[in-house]
Amino acid sequence: MRHLLSAADLDRAGAVEVLDVAARMAATQQREIKKLPTLRGRTVVNLFFEDSTRTRISFEAAAKRLSADVINFTARGSSVSKGESLKDTALTLEAMGADAVVVRHSASGAPHRLATAGWIRGAVINAGDGTHEHPTQALLDAFTLRRHLVGEDASGADLAGQTVAIVGDVLHSRVARSNVLLLHTLGARVVLVAPPTLLPVGVGRWPCATSYDLDGVLAGDVAGPLDAVMMLRVQGERMNAAYFPSRREYSRRYGLDARRLRLLPPHAIVMHPGPMNRGLEISAEAADSPRSTIVEQVSNGVAVRMAVLFLLLSAASGPASGPATEIAKEIVP
Amino acid sequence: MTAPGHHLLRGVRPLGGDPTDLLLRDGLIVEAGRGLAAAGARVIDGDGLVALPGLVDLHTHLREPGREDAETVETGTRAAALGGFTAVHAMANTEPVADTAGVVEQVWRLGREAGWTDVRPVGAVTVGLRGERLAELGTMADGAAAVRVFSDDGRCVGDPVLMRRALEYVKAFDGVIAQHPQDPRLTDGAQMHEGDVSAVLGLAGWPAVAEESIIARDVLLAEHVRSRLHLCHVSTAGSVEIIRWAKGRGIAVTAEVTPHHLLLTDEEVRSYDPVFKVNPPLRTADDVRALREALADGTIDVVATDHAPHAGEDKDCEWADAAEGMTGLETALSVVQATMLDTGLLDWAGIACRLSAAPARIGRVTGQGRPLAVGEPANVVLIDPAARRRVDPSAMATTGRNTPYRGRELPGAVVATFYRGHPTVCDGALATRREES
Ligand SMILES: [Zn+2]
Repeated sequence: MRHLLSAADLDRAGAVEVLDVAARMAATQQREIKKLPTLRGRTVVNLFFEDSTRTRISFEAAAKRLSADVINFTARGSSVSKGESLKDTALTLEAMGADAVVVRHSASGAPHRLATAGWIRGAVINAGDGTHEHPTQALLDAFTLRRHLVGEDASGADLAGQTVAIVGDVLHSRVARSNVLLLHTLGARVVLVAPPTLLPVGVGRWPCATSYDLDGVLAGDVAGPLDAVMMLRVQGERMNAAYFPSRREYSRRYGLDARRLRLLPPHAIVMHPGPMNRGLEISAEAADSPRSTIVEQVSNGVAVRMAVLFLLLSAASGPASGPATEIAKEIVP
Repeated sequence: MTAPGHHLLRGVRPLGGDPTDLLLRDGLIVEAGRGLAAAGARVIDGDGLVALPGLVDLHTHLREPGREDAETVETGTRAAALGGFTAVHAMANTEPVADTAGVVEQVWRLGREAGWTDVRPVGAVTVGLRGERLAELGTMADGAAAVRVFSDDGRCVGDPVLMRRALEYVKAFDGVIAQHPQDPRLTDGAQMHEGDVSAVLGLAGWPAVAEESIIARDVLLAEHVRSRLHLCHVSTAGSVEIIRWAKGRGIAVTAEVTPHHLLLTDEEVRSYDPVFKVNPPLRTADDVRALREALADGTIDVVATDHAPHAGEDKDCEWADAAEGMTGLETALSVVQATMLDTGLLDWAGIACRLSAAPARIGRVTGQGRPLAVGEPANVVLIDPAARRRVDPSAMATTGRNTPYRGRELPGAVVATFYRGHPTVCDGALATRREES
């Protein structure tokens, strides 16, 4: 793997390897001294054309804990304000000698362009592009699912037999696209729940089930008993384009509240990629319940991103180093 | 000694038929038959070459005035000549818009000065392409450019009342409205064909229904007011069904398809390479099949290039930011050969009809799209159908480098183009412009 552009870039073995390395990275984060020397001398650029403080900080922490040099490059999206073009920015980063470029962009496919147009040589990591994908979010979600549903010591395991519902604005969600692909690769069953207006035309070809009936899905009537439910952020402004009539009706039909929480099996967890719209797609009771992994997802994000940076940059350093997991064992005793 | 302007095409196969000789003199085909005497004419060895009437493009963006960094009348018509064209229709979406007699006559004059092909300006239907009020269609028709095709191409004439009036009004001078069928509301922010691929790529969809609903409306309007309607760049199987139905009812509708919609599908967009961004978007394999069949059975009348050159920076960016359009003049005939001839759907006579006779008839272009017969204008293209070439954008005459066929091997090559008896292309390379006599 040269780049991480889509969750589809990972096969089962590759995805499990990321989760295993992330588990080792997470273990180091319990220590007093969190910093590892692994990527000393390497340069990681956080290239953010779209504001996302939480994702940028997560990648920044991941790179710094691996001792990489981090450059934060916040650019104005060219499609919005006609600032510096993606190409010119890329050429600048190439001149700086970036080993990895973490890119966040409002245009779907912008990381693909960076990786394939011949502008730069470094590894490209998609940190969320438009309404396309957000593969590290899916990896941290899978990591969280595996921890809770398979166990702390789940090395080598996938998510076979688990059933996950993803609820909300699938049409505009890069988190949903990456999760459907990755969770399917890891053997989980996925059911998407949304009003028909917020499911893309063509969703029938995705490796998942779909439903318009949240209560039925939560009660296990549609896809069997759930092991997890993931609520997607919904922008209230979508109602202005007639995707749904009102915030209140959306919340009534597709919001996770205390009543719906009780429909879930006792072991099932509640996830949200953040930032949440409390009161719209998720009520305070659901967000703050003991089933909620929302805060834990944030810390898992750092471990998963450490794993991705490590695997991409150690693979790029040449074949002499052997299987990446072996190195991970050495540096993460 | 050879007389200038006299050419003997030796052993060419008109419309792919039996070899014969054609003698061109003073802009006309003056003799046809085997074993013609050269009589001072320059002899062109046509062994193995197919002769077609010079191609006529109903849909070309020459970008002048306004975007001379992307194309000029000079560079665009050079590209046209290399592609075997002897006439092109220059679309109206220039800066300023070709919505007055002054602008259309400027383009027409630039075409005459360039001397590579006829340049037939298309007039805008509405002032500034804004879709609010009619441009002075009659004045453009009556002027030196004698405009017959009117189009807001790039934008749809969305207002049904305005469309109705335009269809009616141009009947007075035998004009035709060429509609760019795209419901603007259904395609707000659209980036690619809406379907399986857009769902995966997270690009906003351009649904087939946005084209089909306008086509359905406009064929009914054309029937109601008994006017001619031309449909630009038809791209979906559903559109084909509606046009077939309309023609069955005797509605005076004609339609074009682009070469790229005959060959490429939305699968190309998986690369996110903006060279594949075009409007209407690349569709599915089922649509491609339906378009080929419709072109073969005459439901679709013509192939038009929708040649749309863009400056490099308008394509060298992320998908959402990129301009829509592809170059097409220098590859059109090869793509048609690959998709229609080599598949057995059309013979050369059928190709001559779709790329020359029919577009000339729709555009009311005199002296173009005529049979290869004695007494007819000497607009002739010679093709080597056995040639194969790898597409190299940097070797093209168009200023635009945005060909979707970069690196692809295509069949067939234009060997020579005669524009009113004057060779604009010789041995596959650009020769000289035709000077006004
Ligand atoms: Zn158009």
